Amino acid sequence: MRKGQHRFVAGFLFIPVALYLIFVIWPYIQTFGYSLTDWKGQSQTFSFVGLDNYTALVQDDIFMGAIWHNILFLVFIPVITILLALFFAFMLNAGGRGRAGGVAGVAGSGFYKVVYFFPQVLSMAILAVLFGAVYRSDSGGMLNGLLVKLGLVDAGDPIEWLNEPDFVLWALILVVVWHGVGFYLVLFSAAMQSIPRDIYEAALIDGAGRAQSFFRITLPLLWDSVQTAWVYLGIAAMDMFILVSTMTSGEYGGGPDHASEVMSTVMMRNFLYYGKSGYACAMGVVMLLLTLIVSVVMLRATRRERVEF
Amino acid sequence: MSAPIKETAAVPAQRSVHKPSARSGQRPGEGIALNAFSHGFLALWALMIVLPLLWLVFSSFKTDTQIAGSAFGWPQNWTFDVFTRAWDKGIGDYFLNTVVVLAFSVPLTMLFGSMAAYVLARYEFWGNRLLYYFFVAGAMFPVFLALVPLFFMVKRLDMLNTYQGLILVYVAYSMPFTVFFMHAFFRTLPTAVFEAAILDGASHTRTFFQVMLPMAKPGLISVGIFNTLGQWNQFILPTVLMQPQSGDDPERYVLTQGLIQLQQQQGYASDLPVLFAGVTIAMIPMLVVYLSFQRQVQAGLTSATLK
Repeated sequence: MRKGQHRFVAGFLFIPVALYLIFVIWPYIQTFGYSLTDWKGQSQTFSFVGLDNYTALVQDDIFMGAIWHNILFLVFIPVITILLALFFAFMLNAGGRGRAGGVAGVAGSGFYKVVYFFPQVLSMAILAVLFGAVYRSDSGGMLNGLLVKLGLVDAGDPIEWLNEPDFVLWALILVVVWHGVGFYLVLFSAAMQSIPRDIYEAALIDGAGRAQSFFRITLPLLWDSVQTAWVYLGIAAMDMFILVSTMTSGEYGGGPDHASEVMSTVMMRNFLYYGKSGYACAMGVVMLLLTLIVSVVMLRATRRERVEF
Repeated sequence: MSAPIKETAAVPAQRSVHKPSARSGQRPGEGIALNAFSHGFLALWALMIVLPLLWLVFSSFKTDTQIAGSAFGWPQNWTFDVFTRAWDKGIGDYFLNTVVVLAFSVPLTMLFGSMAAYVLARYEFWGNRLLYYFFVAGAMFPVFLALVPLFFMVKRLDMLNTYQGLILVYVAYSMPFTVFFMHAFFRTLPTAVFEAAILDGASHTRTFFQVMLPMAKPGLISVGIFNTLGQWNQFILPTVLMQPQSGDDPERYVLTQGLIQLQQQQGYASDLPVLFAGVTIAMIPMLVVYLSFQRQVQAGLTSATLK
């Protein structure tokens, strides 16, 4: 190494590493320690309680229910989003049939891509307010208003979307799917455009239909992107804090009667509302473990032989 | 701002998007039903995106009784009065707070992230790989893991409810992704250029700022868009860190937080048009930026996720 280079390297790394250590790494490490204490957060006094927080967690029905809801999100959000995104992406990139016998997207696909992607740039807070209004429990809500107009719902007795234990999780899933489809559509489109067009043309000549060319060509060649999307959506499904905490009833959300509780809302309530910092830290650790397990399982479950082209 | 990271074949960011010919006609008798079906689906989803948004904007021109009455009444109250009211009720301040924080956090994220990524990508020293994985690992962990100690860390630094506190936290939490992405970018830059600059007598620092950084511009744009959107839409970190600490502490809510605050207040005060106007105001800059740079935003976000 040349003289002066050490100083340069150290100088360039100093601030980034220091910031990262202080605000990210050290808190991450501390969480493990605090999760073994009965810390209330008010003062610096706390005592070591071993795994007590974790045993309490296992007996905490609300937290266990929250894990179950996270698992439901984990299954349905990625599946619905990816299927819709794949369908739309295929339509937009290879759904149309050009006059020359080539493969092209349906007309207006540029327009659709612009519109579909837009929810992605909106913040979850905007989504929460928007869908709060859509799901209003009187006929002033968009969904109820629509159903009343169609005569499917009695105007005097509209559906309380976010207050029905049977509906609330689905109402939330719809918001996430609405938000995500456009993004994954664009992601898959980018991958589809890197597939050589002669492959499609060859299949076309061999008499393959649209469904066949999708399942035999597009999907296998797209598998890497699908896998990425799967993991990404899975991690989003483990969070869900903003939507649940702002759209559903209760302190930091989770209502009605804990029917929409997720791990993050239980954790934030214990931390900011009940002041049980040590207990909240234990929940943070459980969330980390589950997130890691989910990522590994999803990566393994979707592993395929990579197709080169 | 934590993003899962996976090594995978990246889709080139700036790929010129293939334009399907708008005139792609039908071969007679073939797939017309299927086409109608798929067009129907596409149009339906487009409507599902556009309608709620338009409906919300229209609703801000209604009165409270109108909003509660029927979802599809035509607004009678065509004044922009409600927007000024929403602005005065706090949206203006929230907006300003967000802009102040981002004006510092995004440039600092880019600067520090690129500096660390550059050194890690192009210099060999003891612990290089270790440090790199140490940075990248941060993207794997949910932010909830750190929240409780982070709150007390910022409190101990006496930076709760301050701009500088949130700025530093944003920069730190954007680091894993920025380092990861820029690291990949700096590795692809040719060594010859670097050697030429050094031979010409430029210092290492100067080489970085005047030669390497400008060459990494496409990468900087992608990761810049990603960070700007991520920090603009960030909710959980300000919720924990930006609460007034005492009675006379000023409210420094950012836009996302402020909207939720407004939603809770308007629920009681029953002044929903103000809330809807607030959301409209919050939406407009995103819409304008997105429509003007939609290609870059789409390419930037997709490549930023795939990298």
